[in-house]
Amino acid sequence: MTALADDELWSAIGDPSRRQVLDLLVSNGDVSASWLAGRVPFSRQAVAKHLAVLEQAGLVSRRKQGREVLYQVQAGRLDQAARAMADLAAQWDRRLGTIKRLAEAAHAQAKKSEAPAPPSNQT
Amino acid sequence: MADLVIEREILIEAPVEVVWRTVTEPDQMSQWFADRVDLVVEPGAHGYMQFGDQGGPVVVETVDPPARFSFRWNHPREEEPVAGNSMLVEFTLTPEGAERTRLRVSESGHELRAWPDAEKQRYADEHRGGWAEYLDRLASVLAKPSR
Repeated sequence: MTALADDELWSAIGDPSRRQVLDLLVSNGDVSASWLAGRVPFSRQAVAKHLAVLEQAGLVSRRKQGREVLYQVQAGRLDQAARAMADLAAQWDRRLGTIKRLAEAAHAQAKKSEAPAPPSNQT
Repeated sequence: MADLVIEREILIEAPVEVVWRTVTEPDQMSQWFADRVDLVVEPGAHGYMQFGDQGGPVVVETVDPPARFSFRWNHPREEEPVAGNSMLVEFTLTPEGAERTRLRVSESGHELRAWPDAEKQRYADEHRGGWAEYLDRLASVLAKPSR
C-alpha cells in the first residue's frame, strides 16, 4: 500500500461542499470559479475558499487562459483520496464480517444448549 | 460541520441481543476491533484500545441497548474528545424478525486541521504518513486469526 492520505487530503475531501465543487470539476473539466459559483448553493467567496483548500491539498490545479483562471482536477491525487476512503470502508466491512461470524456462532451455540444441557458439576 | 462519513452495514443471522453483546462486550470487541480493549460500556466512560504495539484512548458516547452504541477515538491526548478533534464510531442495531439483525456502522469526523501543529506532527510521526497507512496496518492486525 503506497497511497497515503495525509491530513490535508482528508480535510479537503471531508467537506460535503468541497466534494460538490470537486464533482463539478470532475464532470466538467476546465472551468472558472464564477462558472462553479453559478452551479452551487453557496457564495462565490465560499467557492474561492474551497478551491484554495482543494488546491492546497493537491486535488486541483489552475492555469491562466487569457483573463480567466481555469481549474482542473488532479486525477492521480483524487484517485489516491478515493482509494483511502475505500480502504476505510473495506476496513469496516472486515470488522462487520467478524462481528457477524462471532454473533452467529454465539447464537448457534445458545440454540444448541437450549435442549436440556448436562449440568457442569465439576469439582 | 464538515465531516467525513463512512457508512457500512451487514445482515446477521442472530437475535439483536446476541449482536449487541458481540458489539459492546470488551472481550468480544478484542476479537473484532482492537487487540486489547479496556472499556466500561457506560456513557462518558474513558477507555483504552491497544492495536499491536500502539494504542489510543476511547470515550464512550451513547449506550442504548440493544439499539445504539457509539464511541469517539483518534482524538489528541490530554483533550476531551469532541466533534472536531476525533472520529465518532456509531453502531445501530435493527431487529429484522426474531433471529435476524441489521447492523449499521458509521465513522465520521476527523478534522485534523483543528489540531495544534505539535499534535498533528506527533500524530503524523506515530502513524508514519497517514490515516490510510494506519488503517492498512490495522487491517493486517485484524486479519490474523482470532483466539
